Amino acid sequence: MGDTLLEIQNLHARAGDAQILNGIDLTIRPGEVHAIMGPNGSGKSTLAGVLAGRPGYTVTDGAVRYEEKNLLELEAEERAREGIFLAFQYPVEIPGVTNNYFLKASVNAIREHRGEESLDAIDFLSLAKEKMAIVEMPKDLMGRSVNEGFSGGEKKRNEVLQMLLLEPKLAILDETDSGLDIDALRVVANGVNALRDENRSMLVITHYQRLLDYIVPDHVHVLAEGRIQRSGGKELAHELEEKGYSWLEEGASA
Amino acid sequence: MTSLDATNERLRALCDAAEISGARDEAPLGALRSAGREAFRTTGLPHTKLEEWRYTHLAPLSNLTLELPIAEAPVDRALVEALATPVFACGLAVFANGRPRNELFGLPTGDVELLPLSAGSPVLGSLVDVKLHPFAALNAALLDDGVIVRIPAGAQVEHPIHLVFVSSSPQASLISSPRVVIEAGAGSHAIVVQDHVSVAGGRPHVTNAVTEVRVGENAHLELAVLQREDDSDIHIANLAVHLERDSRFASHVVTLGGRLIRNDLTAVLAGAGADCTMHGLYVGTGERLIDNHTLVDHAVPNGTSRELYKGILADDSRGVFRGRVVVRPDAQKTDASQQNPNLLLSDGTEIDTKPQLEIYADDVKCSHGSAIGRIDEEALFYLRARGIGAREARALLTRGFAAEILAALPGQPLGEALTADFVARFATGAEQ
Ligand SMILES: Nc1ncnc2c1ncn2[C@@H]1O[C@H](COP(=O)(O)OP(=O)(O)OP(=O)(O)O)[C@@H](O)[C@H]1O
Ligand SMILES: [Mg+2]
Repeated sequence: MGDTLLEIQNLHARAGDAQILNGIDLTIRPGEVHAIMGPNGSGKSTLAGVLAGRPGYTVTDGAVRYEEKNLLELEAEERAREGIFLAFQYPVEIPGVTNNYFLKASVNAIREHRGEESLDAIDFLSLAKEKMAIVEMPKDLMGRSVNEGFSGGEKKRNEVLQMLLLEPKLAILDETDSGLDIDALRVVANGVNALRDENRSMLVITHYQRLLDYIVPDHVHVLAEGRIQRSGGKELAHELEEKGYSWLEEGASA
Repeated sequence: MTSLDATNERLRALCDAAEISGARDEAPLGALRSAGREAFRTTGLPHTKLEEWRYTHLAPLSNLTLELPIAEAPVDRALVEALATPVFACGLAVFANGRPRNELFGLPTGDVELLPLSAGSPVLGSLVDVKLHPFAALNAALLDDGVIVRIPAGAQVEHPIHLVFVSSSPQASLISSPRVVIEAGAGSHAIVVQDHVSVAGGRPHVTNAVTEVRVGENAHLELAVLQREDDSDIHIANLAVHLERDSRFASHVVTLGGRLIRNDLTAVLAGAGADCTMHGLYVGTGERLIDNHTLVDHAVPNGTSRELYKGILADDSRGVFRGRVVVRPDAQKTDASQQNPNLLLSDGTEIDTKPQLEIYADDVKCSHGSAIGRIDEEALFYLRARGIGAREARALLTRGFAAEILAALPGQPLGEALTADFVARFATGAEQ
């Protein structure tokens, strides 16, 4: 169907030698926000990594289609250029490369792919300023090495800034709310909401229902042991918050 | 007869030729030349049985039939501007195949003098022992002329003093013997840049340079040595520095070109409170071999030394780093650190790195470390996940590794010029 952005079917994947994903089915349509919750180690980041093209995983079964393409055949950079964005759970520090240089290279790589003219230093700076204001990012972070010495919250803001600059079609946020204070959480959520529209989809991985008060999801899924154990509306997140994951297991065994 | 023997024979013949043509064998150069000749006749070129030369085979040198640079090389201002890092109108000295080209000199500001060696200097020949350094002996034996950079006491020299060395071997392989003396007077502050470049094409050129530096009391001297010759060229450099009380010295040795490069850098902290920084960046592509031997000699108390040499090796290139730090019994309260991180970009590379700490004082702070790493896969994925292609991402990470050294180069234009050169050579030279 033309109105499916991402379709994951029976996805099985290994990380190194360990079997992590054991048959994931998930369909995301344009404009939808899906939340994924689940215990530590259940495979959430693995799923995000497989979708973004992180090396080190082997897909052992199943398929992923993205905009009519076989996603798993694309290199990581091709996926990014085609509109997939992963906000890293642990953003990477890159010594010696300024944030400014990195972001400009990234924006221009994607613009080039879209057939748009690349931005010069001045145009990029004004674009960056506009987006930095949304995430209330201090200016000096642009002149520093990528994520080097950034606080946890600054790293997460930097991820959201990148998302705002790259305007992806599918944003995968892996625990972008973890480690944020209340103000930062609001700022990050504002950033995400600023991008929300009927054509843009999001996959939000989180441990906390609190984030979902700000970024209200259309669907909530619970991942455990590499499988989606349950799906529902936003009320499922409330239920999990109250009862924890053990309630799910009881439900499953009952 | 091995090719090293043949080369020794050839070089001794060149020494004789230089002696016969040496009409300038009057003082003060005569003594230096004859000491060099004598020492080289005895030792000849070093071979790999010597500990100091264990990893550095001179085959690329001994395969050449060398000539002295007798004919004047066609070097003009336009060529210098095309090849060298940005030069200013003032403070420029140009050398073609090691010989000064006075018509291309520009006087530095701050009363700095650029003098011929015949003007004499107490530093000339005093810091490098020709008996211990065969190449320094050869330099002295084949010496034509060089330059004395005399920075008067108290001078604050605003612009860098550029010494541009252009080598050119259009027909035969030539050996040039640049000689530099830097006298930084008490309380002075200056930046000196030695930029070694070559005219493209022709035969492999050999540069065999000796630089002697005295940093006077309270003086502050920054010295950048840029080795950017053609990929087939050979560069041997001996750089000896003498630091007096409370002086500051920083060297920045950046190797981007050449086939075989050997640098011997010795700094003696002879006056209390001296502060010595040694920065190095060596970049190997193709079959390049880069050998850096450094020695920091803490002879008196309260000295500080900071040494950081970074290596990037691609293709089939090789690196050698030997960092000796000596802290003599009197040198209490010495604070010395040495780091040699290396980034290997392919499986064909090789690095031999070895710190050598000899500490004879007890109240000192000394640290050292060497590391050999590869491109960080997680960082690579991060960049690719932002749409940056694998090749460009690798180049960006490599540049990031070098940035610490390039950014610390004295003077912003220099840092930018070298970064551009680094990026350009890497894009064409290295297989990623
Ligand atoms: N390369 C690997 N080799 C072996 N096991 C791995 C590898 N990578 C991940 N794993 C394991 O896979 C499991 C799932 O990891 P994943 O990071 O996807 O969990 P998660 O759901 O994101 O957890 P968290 O909530 O703590 O972030 C974990 O048990 C982890 O240790
Ligand atoms: Mg995770």
